[in-house]
Amino acid sequence: MGSSTIGNQIARLGRVGARAVAAAVLLVLASAPGAPLRAEEAPVVAAAADLQFALADIAAAFRRETGASVTLTFGASGNLARQIRQGAPYQLYLSADEAYVLDLAREGFTRGPGAVYANGRLVVFAPQGSPVAPDGSLDGLRGALNEGRVQAFAIANPEHAPYGARAREALRHAGLWEAVEPHLVYGENVAQAAQFATSGSADGGIFAHALALSPAVGRLGRFALIPAAYHTPLRQRMVLLRPAGATAARFYDYLQQPPAWALLDRYGFARPDPQAGD
Amino acid sequence: MDWSALTLSLRLGALTVVVLLPLAILVARPLAWRRFRGKAIVEALFALPLVLPPTVLGYYLLLAFGGASPVGRAWSDVFGGPLVFSFEGLLLASVIVNLPFAVQPVQRGFEAIPGELRDAAFCCGMTPWRVFTRIELPLAWPGILTGAVLTFAHTLGEFGVVLMIGGNIPGETRTMSIAIYDRVQAFDDAAAGRMAIVLVVLSVAAIALTYALSARVGRRLD
Repeated sequence: MGSSTIGNQIARLGRVGARAVAAAVLLVLASAPGAPLRAEEAPVVAAAADLQFALADIAAAFRRETGASVTLTFGASGNLARQIRQGAPYQLYLSADEAYVLDLAREGFTRGPGAVYANGRLVVFAPQGSPVAPDGSLDGLRGALNEGRVQAFAIANPEHAPYGARAREALRHAGLWEAVEPHLVYGENVAQAAQFATSGSADGGIFAHALALSPAVGRLGRFALIPAAYHTPLRQRMVLLRPAGATAARFYDYLQQPPAWALLDRYGFARPDPQAGD
Repeated sequence: MDWSALTLSLRLGALTVVVLLPLAILVARPLAWRRFRGKAIVEALFALPLVLPPTVLGYYLLLAFGGASPVGRAWSDVFGGPLVFSFEGLLLASVIVNLPFAVQPVQRGFEAIPGELRDAAFCCGMTPWRVFTRIELPLAWPGILTGAVLTFAHTLGEFGVVLMIGGNIPGETRTMSIAIYDRVQAFDDAAAGRMAIVLVVLSVAAIALTYALSARVGRRLD
């Protein structure tokens, strides 16, 4: 008898639970926004992961000055280009490697060939307590590798991340590729490579100067610029995509003006060569 | 705390439940009671998303719904935008990914109904629809509710498929799990931690509810 009473109570609780779940479902459905953030409100800007911090600052400055806002999404340049081919609703694309932009332009996904907005640089980074002493010639890395003290070393995936491809070039230039390759951990994009290199789970890594210059990253270890001659230039090109509206076009223009240059400069991007404009 | 990601995840979870549950009931009922050739294959197909890596699923969904596929092209002809990288695309993918999480508990729920009970109801002259709504659904509901809760919780946590076909667009396809990944890559551990805690709490609540419900099913079968 007692057990059946308990059973009834559980059944009642179950019914209450079911009603609560149903109510929650209805509440969530009712709170659904009529139209998602889209198009003109805040156009989606797809940007290379090395712009993570710089572009956030530029977008904030743009909003202060014009009252218009853009929505930022970051990833590996190669992956973003693939998404654009598959119809992703981005209005502006900032690549870390102009090759991706020029390919898209040839295939008709863009409005013109776009413009070079910056040149990117690489740093070698060692987190606190790492056996790697970061220096531009990569001698510290060479020494640590020779002594067998490097367990894991992070770069972005060279297959679809420009900084990964340039890191590979730099390592080859220094004659370290064979020695370092067995220890490499690949980030899906350059920000993830930086994440690996700074968290202490890797003994170091090569990633974008722009990320190392952000306080959030820089305080996690020491870094040194890798000479630009170690790799082919990271000419970073941006382009308006087919669906671009007025706000995206304004932001595109804004990126080519002194306030944006100042911010790019602060994050270690070299000013684009005027000749390279288009 | 990325509120738009949280509401997006909750919306996606709730809508997945709303779309998937009727489908699951439709599929699970015959699977529970009928014997037919190739039943094992059918059941295996419905269980497949359980074992396939989300990247594999995401890859096939991208092929199936992408701009180059007939489905993707038909969609963008009608609605003027791509199916992948949209909320609707996520919802469709989510329904497919969650099939086993809904179908299996619902099937168990129907299996627990004694056949004599239905026979008796038919003998009393009840129409099949009345038997379904008055006898079968109430008796199978713990399984149905378990399926709903599991589907909801699993949708909140889904990452690989969303990353593959979502494109990480704020307010449209950036769900909680993607937002957490994003924050970690932006070295914003505080925000990532806050969102992770919210997901953990929601998930524990959902699983506790599921266990409470399955305990009840077990008791009824005794």
